[in-house]
Amino acid sequence: MSRPVLQVDKLSMEFGGIRAMCELDLEVHKGQIVALIGPNGAGKTTFFNCVTGIYRPTGGNVFLNPPNGAKPIRLNGLKPNQVTEKGMARTFQNIRLFQKMTVLENVMIGRHCRTSSYIFGAVFRTRSTLREERETVEKSHLILQKVGLANAVNELAENLPYGAQRRLEIARALATEPFLLLLDEPAAGMNPQETQELDELINRIRDEGHSILLIEHDMKLVMSLSDKIYVVDYGRKIAEGSPREVSSDPAVIKAYLGEDIDA
Amino acid sequence: MEYFIELFFSGLTRGSIYALIALGYTMVYGIIGLINFAHGEIYMIGAFTSFVVATVLSIYGFPLLSIIVLAGLAAAVWSASYGYTIEKIAYRPLRQAPRLSALISAIGMSIFLQNYVLLAQSSDFQPFPELIPDFDFMEPYAHFVGSSDVVILFTTALAMAGLTLLIKFSRMGKAMRATAQDRTMAMLVGIDVNRVISLTFVIGSALAAIGGMLIASHIGQINFFIGFIAGIKAFTAAVLGGIGSIPGAVLGGFVLGLTESFATGYVSSDYEDVFAFSLLVLILIFKPAGLLGREEAEKV
Repeated sequence: MSRPVLQVDKLSMEFGGIRAMCELDLEVHKGQIVALIGPNGAGKTTFFNCVTGIYRPTGGNVFLNPPNGAKPIRLNGLKPNQVTEKGMARTFQNIRLFQKMTVLENVMIGRHCRTSSYIFGAVFRTRSTLREERETVEKSHLILQKVGLANAVNELAENLPYGAQRRLEIARALATEPFLLLLDEPAAGMNPQETQELDELINRIRDEGHSILLIEHDMKLVMSLSDKIYVVDYGRKIAEGSPREVSSDPAVIKAYLGEDIDA
Repeated sequence: MEYFIELFFSGLTRGSIYALIALGYTMVYGIIGLINFAHGEIYMIGAFTSFVVATVLSIYGFPLLSIIVLAGLAAAVWSASYGYTIEKIAYRPLRQAPRLSALISAIGMSIFLQNYVLLAQSSDFQPFPELIPDFDFMEPYAHFVGSSDVVILFTTALAMAGLTLLIKFSRMGKAMRATAQDRTMAMLVGIDVNRVISLTFVIGSALAAIGGMLIASHIGQINFFIGFIAGIKAFTAAVLGGIGSIPGAVLGGFVLGLTESFATGYVSSDYEDVFAFSLLVLILIFKPAGLLGREEAEKV
């Protein structure tokens, strides 16, 4: 088997004396959808923050293996923008769009690290800048089509309905051309219809060759999407395996429902 | 009526310079939430740089137009490098610190630069060469609007339009707006935030330097302290218009300039500042976020 695109070894994070995450191992292979689940406060978002460079982990390693066979990249100590440049993008649990920009602009911003025109080019309208701008707009439109927002390109992000804002976040992440996509509770607050559409969207993104790691509380969605599930509680991994294996694991049942459910 | 028009144009000229400087305050505030008190000194350094370059070039007998362009360019580049350096050594290390620390660092930077120019250039007023000649076609209007007023108005309008387009449409402009709205998220979509912040300082400083050169040529003398008063006035203009808002800075600059000009003309030049700051107080009472500022609900 080839190297996993994301390889996390013994990742730990302490805030003062509090261990939010303890020696967590995790792998995502190419084309997989992997879910990270666990009760509230288990350390899932902390894990995302460590991997994407928002927090500096206190122990362990994070490696990214680009699927094109390039050398492994150690992510520890890189800044979030550098991590994104290496090919990993994420969305947030609470929506963090650029609210005062249009839908199209939000996606175009995502292409920032894949483009290079600077002030000189912008002032003097050089040919390369114009070409780059045209490409950015075209590619952004394509991505918006993919997530079903093609008819809202000029709306302000803040005026979109909730489900559409979530999809715009995914579109913006896709615009950075990641091979690995981290989704933090993409279905939070969605109605069943929107969740169903999201399920299809995530599958479609995977079919295009992206690998996906998601945090999610909607178990129906997790069970239907995931190839592999990791369960964490109190910052430790308590189970991993296929949806079937995990859902029958006694440790998982205990973490979610408490001890013994004898009547 | 002619007196009114004369005052009106002199107010516009004044206002456009305030606006040029205010843009630097408001851009920096918008992006990192800091009042850059050293900004007035950047403007003063711009004026001095253009003074030195213009003097040297005129000794060598360069034509007037090339003197204006080269002096302006030199002032913009030199001041921009000051802005860049100040951000890097005085503000960047304090990025995560409480806002007050960065503010005090800014005040310290302002005092340092004033004294540095004082030592280098003495405290005397230096006569600034008149760079802008009286145009022939302006002759019929010369009794109420001077040629240099027109040049100042035209240049500032051009600079503001360019800045607006840059911020609205260019790649770096979008990155600036994104950084201003949510710095962490901007990093996560792959924007090098430090670079964007540096660029903001560079652009703001260059605009202030051009303002410095234009007004120095208009007034005809400079010394190390001109940045302080101009800085305070421009800061007032930025607050008046709504700090953080770019059209607000421009509007605030013009409102302040016109108020001062009419107060000077119809009342007395002693009351210039009284009217300017009374206006500020009134606007802040009735519209605390400034003329074009948005009142943001505190996020909990």
